[in-house]
Amino acid sequence: MQQAVKANAARALDVEGLSVRYGTSTAVDGVTLAIEPGEVVALLGPSGCGKTTLLRVIAGFVRQAAGRVRVDGATIDHLPPNQRNIGIVFQNYALFPHMTVAENVAYGLRARGLKGPEVQARVSRFLDTVQLGGFKERLPRQLSGGQQQRVALARALAIEPSILLLDEPFAALDRNLRLDMQIEIKRLQRTLGLTTILVTHDQDEAMSVADRIAVMHKGRVEQFDTPVAIYDRPQTLFVNGFIGTTNLMNGTVASLQSGTATVALDAGATLTLPAPAGLSVGTPVLMSVRPEQLVLSAVPGPGAWRIEPGLALPIGAQLVHEARATDGTFLKIIEPRRAVSNDAVRTYCTLAADARPTLFPRTT
Amino acid sequence: MRTMTPPSPDGAASPADGGGKRSVLAEWQLALPLALAFASIFLAPLLMLVGVSFFNDEKITQPGFGQWAKFLGDPFSYKVIADTMLLGLKTVCATIVIGYPLALIYLDASPRLQKVLIFIIVMPLLLSVVVRTFAWIVVLGREGVVNTLLLQLGIISEPLRLLQTELGLVISLTQIEMPLMLLPLISVMSRLDPNLRDASSALGASRWRTLFKVIVPLSMPGLVAGCLLVFASSTTAFISQTVIGGVRLIYLPLLIWQQSLVVFNWPFAAVVSLTLLVSVLTVVSALSYLGRRSGGYVHG
Repeated sequence: MQQAVKANAARALDVEGLSVRYGTSTAVDGVTLAIEPGEVVALLGPSGCGKTTLLRVIAGFVRQAAGRVRVDGATIDHLPPNQRNIGIVFQNYALFPHMTVAENVAYGLRARGLKGPEVQARVSRFLDTVQLGGFKERLPRQLSGGQQQRVALARALAIEPSILLLDEPFAALDRNLRLDMQIEIKRLQRTLGLTTILVTHDQDEAMSVADRIAVMHKGRVEQFDTPVAIYDRPQTLFVNGFIGTTNLMNGTVASLQSGTATVALDAGATLTLPAPAGLSVGTPVLMSVRPEQLVLSAVPGPGAWRIEPGLALPIGAQLVHEARATDGTFLKIIEPRRAVSNDAVRTYCTLAADARPTLFPRTT
Repeated sequence: MRTMTPPSPDGAASPADGGGKRSVLAEWQLALPLALAFASIFLAPLLMLVGVSFFNDEKITQPGFGQWAKFLGDPFSYKVIADTMLLGLKTVCATIVIGYPLALIYLDASPRLQKVLIFIIVMPLLLSVVVRTFAWIVVLGREGVVNTLLLQLGIISEPLRLLQTELGLVISLTQIEMPLMLLPLISVMSRLDPNLRDASSALGASRWRTLFKVIVPLSMPGLVAGCLLVFASSTTAFISQTVIGGVRLIYLPLLIWQQSLVVFNWPFAAVVSLTLLVSVLTVVSALSYLGRRSGGYVHG
């Protein structure tokens, strides 16, 4: 009984100081992640950032040079992939082309020595879970991309893995199907309470599916936090630039008092902002502010700077303005379309009331 | 439809109407030279061979079924047919047993090592069969490399008799025909998605299960192609069969040679040639039928 409960319980996954080297290049550089049981974590980053390598280490396909991987506290580094009980869905699904859908799903069960009726029952259960109950006798090539992915998912889930790994699972799907599958995977993951790691280069995908996102860059984790925190409070300039759209404005620290800095922007305004550690008076800084956190105004005011308005593009329910500050910086400003009034030419820009700009020291 | 077609400035008929028949005719005519070449250098000699086999005498003057009756009525003929087919099957088995693991090693090798391996595999093809066969005489002879080594190691006290035995012939044919097995096998295997092996492993399968449930079934088309080539090539390998096997081991190609160039009984030689052709074609079509049944999904 104790064991049965444990088999269905979500597992914690700990990656500690993990490094992978290919020859002289370091693909993964001292990555540490503590993943809670039942959590969905997205490894997000540009191609070549080491996210897929990290996934392959967890699956056991790649050996690390240093560091450990633990599932529920027990290291799994010495185990070959076939003894780790980790489910993985590949980007190209890697379904066995010579086997039917049912045989694909049964493969992992047969490898575990399960026989006849038990295999059939589990295959039916997991194919029903991914809504492909009627497709048992089809070959993978007779299925659409979305259906193939469901089969791959059912195949990975049928072995009741301790951890589920998804390698760019939505990359090969078209836009509409992608959202459906994201919802589907999220739903399944919730129901089964599986600890899940998702590798992606698509920030929207990471934002919508993951509980926490690890933004990776050059083999390191730049920030590991909730999607909202990563969007609103990027810790590094890389995260700031990689997630969402942002405006960067040059400035200099004019004065510092207890956690706030007064920054003189090159564009001509002086702003008081929360200061990160390591700033001193005279430090050149970059202020990062999201396009929706800027507002346009027709009249000058405190904290406003002069701009030269450019194009305005309606995108969906929003209007995207392009503008140029006096120091030459190009700015993007987003506002809801209904707020637009055409009565005056607005040549001033200021921070919105709820704006959360971030300061980064500028290296020259 | 007519209104949609822009008028041709020179008044020529558009290719959509009436041009179809002419282009089919043109394509058919284009294939004509090749068809004629095939007919004259391939089909005609074959028909002549069939024609010649239906003459009773060596001078090819009296038509009749005499030579067929003579060949098919002789138990010795069946022994030679069986020996020839068995030689082919044994060589095929040996090339699979040695070639398949080699192909797996190739698959796992680094790209640099793969280049070296492919050179080693292809190299025998650059040498004449005669040279390779005589090299095997040096290796397998009474005072050859194998016997000297085994004697010095004390494994045997008397030199083994390898030349002019079927064992020696199968050994040398295995080496000589190996590229024909490896090249199709490697070409099919290296097109397999490497993720399939990882997927199998992640699902809990051992290396052996992955090999037999995933890699072997998916490499079937290459394996079948290799078997066909090795079988057809080793059953008809006249030079190796006679140089290594000598005159004591009689296979169909040797029989053809004796009948046509030693005793000048061309009708009988024609009968043996057609028998060889039919037997090899039978085995080859059986193999490729099995291959299509097991391997059809790969190209789908």
